Amino acid sequence: MKPKLVLIGNGMAGAKLLEELMATCPDKYAITVFGNEPYGNYNRIMLSPLLSGEKTLKEIMTLDRPWYKEHGITLHVGADKAITGLDRVNKCVTTENGLKADYDRLIIATGSKPFILPIEGKQLNGVMSFRDISDVEKMLSAAKQYKKAVVIGAGLLGLEAAMGLCGRGMDVTVVHSNVVPLNRQLDIEAGELLQHELQARGLNFKMNAQTQHIEGDDNGHVSRIHFKDGSSLQTDIVIMAIGIRPNMQLAQDAGIHCEKGIVVSDTLQTYDPTIYALGECIQHRGGTFGLVAPLYDQARVLTNHLSEHGVAQYQTLPSATKLKVTGINLFSVGNINGDDQCEFLYYRDKQQGIYKKLILKNNYLVGAVLYGETQEGAFYNELLDNKTDLTPIRPYLMFGRALCNEKSADEKSADDKSAKEKSAAAQPLEVSVEK
Amino acid sequence: MNEIITTSSNSTLRTQHTTCAYCGVGCGVEATINDDTRTATVKGLTSHPSNYGRLCSKGSALAHTTGLNERLLQPEINGETVSWDSALDHISAGFKNVIAQHGPDAVAFYASGQLLSEDYYVANKLMKGFIGSGNMDTNSRLCMSSSVVGHKRAFGTDTVPGCYEDFENAELIILVGSNTAWCHPVLFQRIKLHKENNPNVKVIVIDPRVTATCDISDLHLKVNLGTDVWLFNGLLSYLAEHQHLDHEYINNYCQGFDEALNMAQQSCGDTAKNADAVGISEDDLTSFYSWFANTKKVVTLYSQGVNQSSSGTDKVNSIINAHLATGRIGRVGCGPFSMTGQPNAMGGRDVGGLANTLAAHMDFTTDNIERVSRFWQTDNLPTNMAQKPGLMAVDLFDAIDEGKIKAVWIMATNPVVSMPNADKVKKALEKCELVVVSDCIANTDTVALATVKLPAIGWSEKDGTVTNSERRISRQRALFPPAGNAKADWWMICQVAKRMGYGSAFNFNEPADIFREHAALSGFENEPSGRRRDFDISYLKNISSQQYQDLNPIQWPVTVQNPEGLARFFEKGQFYTPNQRANFLALTPKLPKHLPNKEYPLALNSGRIRDQWHTMSRTALAPQLNQHISEPFVQMHMDDARARNLSDQQLVQVRSRWGLMLGRLNITEDVKSGDIFAPMHWTSQLSKAGRINSAVNPVVDEHSKQPESKHTPVQVSSYQAKWHGFVFSRHAFKWPNCDYVVEVKGVQHTRYELAHTQSIKDPITQMLNWLDIPNEAAAKAQRLEILSFQDAGTGVYRLALLNQQGQLQAAAFITPNAQLPERTWLGMQFAKDNLEKRARLALLSGYAPAGEDIGPIVCACFSVGQKTIEKAINEQGLTSAAEVGACLKAGTNCGSCIPELKQLIVSCNS
Repeated sequence: MKPKLVLIGNGMAGAKLLEELMATCPDKYAITVFGNEPYGNYNRIMLSPLLSGEKTLKEIMTLDRPWYKEHGITLHVGADKAITGLDRVNKCVTTENGLKADYDRLIIATGSKPFILPIEGKQLNGVMSFRDISDVEKMLSAAKQYKKAVVIGAGLLGLEAAMGLCGRGMDVTVVHSNVVPLNRQLDIEAGELLQHELQARGLNFKMNAQTQHIEGDDNGHVSRIHFKDGSSLQTDIVIMAIGIRPNMQLAQDAGIHCEKGIVVSDTLQTYDPTIYALGECIQHRGGTFGLVAPLYDQARVLTNHLSEHGVAQYQTLPSATKLKVTGINLFSVGNINGDDQCEFLYYRDKQQGIYKKLILKNNYLVGAVLYGETQEGAFYNELLDNKTDLTPIRPYLMFGRALCNEKSADEKSADDKSAKEKSAAAQPLEVSVEK
Repeated sequence: MNEIITTSSNSTLRTQHTTCAYCGVGCGVEATINDDTRTATVKGLTSHPSNYGRLCSKGSALAHTTGLNERLLQPEINGETVSWDSALDHISAGFKNVIAQHGPDAVAFYASGQLLSEDYYVANKLMKGFIGSGNMDTNSRLCMSSSVVGHKRAFGTDTVPGCYEDFENAELIILVGSNTAWCHPVLFQRIKLHKENNPNVKVIVIDPRVTATCDISDLHLKVNLGTDVWLFNGLLSYLAEHQHLDHEYINNYCQGFDEALNMAQQSCGDTAKNADAVGISEDDLTSFYSWFANTKKVVTLYSQGVNQSSSGTDKVNSIINAHLATGRIGRVGCGPFSMTGQPNAMGGRDVGGLANTLAAHMDFTTDNIERVSRFWQTDNLPTNMAQKPGLMAVDLFDAIDEGKIKAVWIMATNPVVSMPNADKVKKALEKCELVVVSDCIANTDTVALATVKLPAIGWSEKDGTVTNSERRISRQRALFPPAGNAKADWWMICQVAKRMGYGSAFNFNEPADIFREHAALSGFENEPSGRRRDFDISYLKNISSQQYQDLNPIQWPVTVQNPEGLARFFEKGQFYTPNQRANFLALTPKLPKHLPNKEYPLALNSGRIRDQWHTMSRTALAPQLNQHISEPFVQMHMDDARARNLSDQQLVQVRSRWGLMLGRLNITEDVKSGDIFAPMHWTSQLSKAGRINSAVNPVVDEHSKQPESKHTPVQVSSYQAKWHGFVFSRHAFKWPNCDYVVEVKGVQHTRYELAHTQSIKDPITQMLNWLDIPNEAAAKAQRLEILSFQDAGTGVYRLALLNQQGQLQAAAFITPNAQLPERTWLGMQFAKDNLEKRARLALLSGYAPAGEDIGPIVCACFSVGQKTIEKAINEQGLTSAAEVGACLKAGTNCGSCIPELKQLIVSCNS
């Protein structure tokens, strides 16, 4: 009989793990999956286009229910299938409605929860977050009913929610504690370009604002939001998009070691060797996750172990970010502000809305911000991941992969050809331009 | 000659036959003229016997130099526009005043091989006949005068014995001191074709440098600079030793042979020693000697490499000696052949435009002075005709510097650039109280120093005759009427002559009038019974104006005996010496006057490049001519570069005792170790420090007074620039204050190459300032879009300005080293009405967009473009998003683009 593998969480990390397992060792385990959203699997990243109406629910579904069946995977989904009990001694889990499942290997992929500001009025009707399909449904129904929306948080999710609602006809104000939107991903110059672009598309911003409390009407519905500087805005709904927290309640209750998230090793094992965890619920070497690329890497590493190849180790790499708003191209990776030892390369074409900054340290790329033109994002990501010495291509670096490749090839052939001429050319001139 | 073509587009086109403005080959040009647009196109004239339809790069671009932007179009006195009357009054009063106070030798004319014979004739007549001074010299002094004196010493007159056809009949062609391929390209093409058709024909190139001319050489003698007399003395000695002399010719038609041979044997008889002196292998030297000795039909072409030397005249005679000694002169396929540099160098000599000749191949002998006086009817003048030779170029400008000459008229030439020790010439003119310059170009280094500027008509408006290197007189005909207020040089000179009181002798109404008088003088008292003069075109003295208009190219002499002209002289002797015998010259080889020493260890050689002419005032107007070589450069042997720690393409400073220049280093094996080469063309109008003649020593040949422009001791050192850069601009701007500036005209833009020793504080603002824009806000106010790139760590800053239509207006790049992108692609962007997206993105890289156009990005995570995906779907038959992902990674990260991938698969398959 096959060993039993139980997966808690049918989100993007969990689904990716299933796909990897099916590709690697489809017959190794008897698999049971629990998810508390009533779907197969959908692409959570695509909630923004779903909200804006650019995509339909059908289009964002990735693994439908038949897929699970075809692969012999037992799927239990829905609110009542949420796992409420984990008995590590008997190696079994229990759902809210009492369904039990034994496991030989347990995978926790419970994801994250939106962070809700601990302020007065957070429980009022019309205060919502942007995490799953039901949130989208709530927002869409609000957009039909109401006029004004405030989104707290100008991060990726906040801006996508705001643009979505804006596109649905609402008058949206984004409230943010920093001077520019997306300040974790963009420097001030790029942030300003983004803000101008979004303003041009009808979004309002209230920057440098700290939320004090939310005021409700007699029916317990949101009516106004108040800020620490004494100002306030009338609004019908409030979306909190100020970040996520790993969803580790189940593991914590079961006595698995957790800090900011469920602590895992480089092989994604928790402190209980039969239990693995991946995705936004984990903490790896002190870090937590919120982007898709590391989740997929984790799924691959974990598959490697579950299939008993057992050689892969998970390593956190800088992840690039993009904003899912149609027509807005931005790309950010690595250390975007640099430090004293960093050198900065800038390209600006303001009228075309293009700004690019590359951050180098000792001729290695440590970060990149691209706004308006992001074709070379993947190139910079690679240079960063591969720790490529940029000395030979630095003059061409800003202008992308194809030119760098061309020039490297040219120089190589020139080097081969003119080895003897080179010997005649002495040291380069010692020159400098004042910085 | 002047036919009308009607085009479909209503504008009427005419064709006109004329002659090229540039080198001494003298190619016929057929121009098709659009009078409505004042434009023309040109092609080689197939019926012209100099080129038979060929044109070189410069000639082909003639039509691109006829625009009016750079033209001088109004007379000016001290910078103020004046009427012609005022200007002419001012000049005649000024000249008269100086002559009255200081005598006729206190004035001078300095003319040029760009003048037509008619212009030359009246200038020479006015100065030598009526003002009464010999101070009429010409820039031919700088290129031809050693040949003139060499001819005179050997033949008794300045005669080129052969013609171009001789090259096509020769079995051995020796090219001495001539980069024929670049300097006389059409003649080179004829030689090349002849050699291709006749594989036995051999070509020997004698040049200290490897040049493009060596492409067709069977033997290249990379001789030491200035050693030609060793080479040809040795040849004479070899010919005698190996019994290859033509004793009959020597005995019947020559004199002085024994002395010449003696000297040759003494100085250069030992072949081994001689090879050493010349700097080539004994084998190569012997090959040259034996090929010469054993080939019947030999032509030796020589040019500035021979002439521009302190022993230039001796070099010429050493070549002529060898031809006389073998009787290889005046016969088909034989002869020494002096190749002239300018379109009318020969015409100027024929007229008498050199200070040491009087007129029409007559020197300053008493009988000649009397004869010319009779012809010009100067007997009644209060002043005498000139009685003695005048000052020759270098001496002439020295006399201006010393204040002995107080008024000078410079015609169609740019001595501030072309003279040796050119900075001294500049200083001399700055001091001179009356400097008249007649030129077609408004801004030349010399025009800038003029107190009176006279707008001359340019090549496309000129009407008259020129004489090429083979004595062929051809018509230059106007394509357009004179622009603005420009006038012919002959008209200006006659007007001044009239105002000076010589009206009756200068009463010419048209060039044909002058030509007829010129022709008449050539035949005046030139009787076959007496001592004849070779230059005689008296058969043409009565031609009608229409006949003059229709005159076909013809080689002088044109006489009753030779009404169709004459191809060759001297087959049967009949030289123009008193006893009609040619003179052998006994020649002692001499090294250049100033030799390299510890302080100035390298020898500077100078010369032309392929696509520029003289001081570039016209050729640099044609963008296509600036592409071949766009900056002044210095060729240096790699050993010398290594010894000085210099690297290729860096800027170097060339310094002599006399001056300095900056140029870009070209490390090569084409020059000998110990020599460097720099082009002669760049002026202060086009470069801040690129005038090589600033550094060239003012040494002259004692006989011809021709400068030794091919040899000056110099030192070369690295120019320690803090930054290098370039600016492209659609609109001309004032040069930045940098040590190194070179201006290069391109298509719809001008480029400025820059370098300086002081660093720049705020480079982006500085670059805007260069373009006359105070700051970014001002650019915005002018509705200019700014693109910028900066890498402060490596000191790289780049900027571009576009207008609102996306059309490129300017681009500026600076960097601490000389590592800048190629300029070609950037330059080409100025021809576009607007930059397409990819070009705009690539603009500040300086390179054309690299790689394929991938189209709009579909997969943002892996930057995969639509076109890439479509190509993969089509070429590899992909049918699912997963397959696309496996192939291109697209959609394998966040998966957001999977719906688009699916759509692309559908659309590709439908």
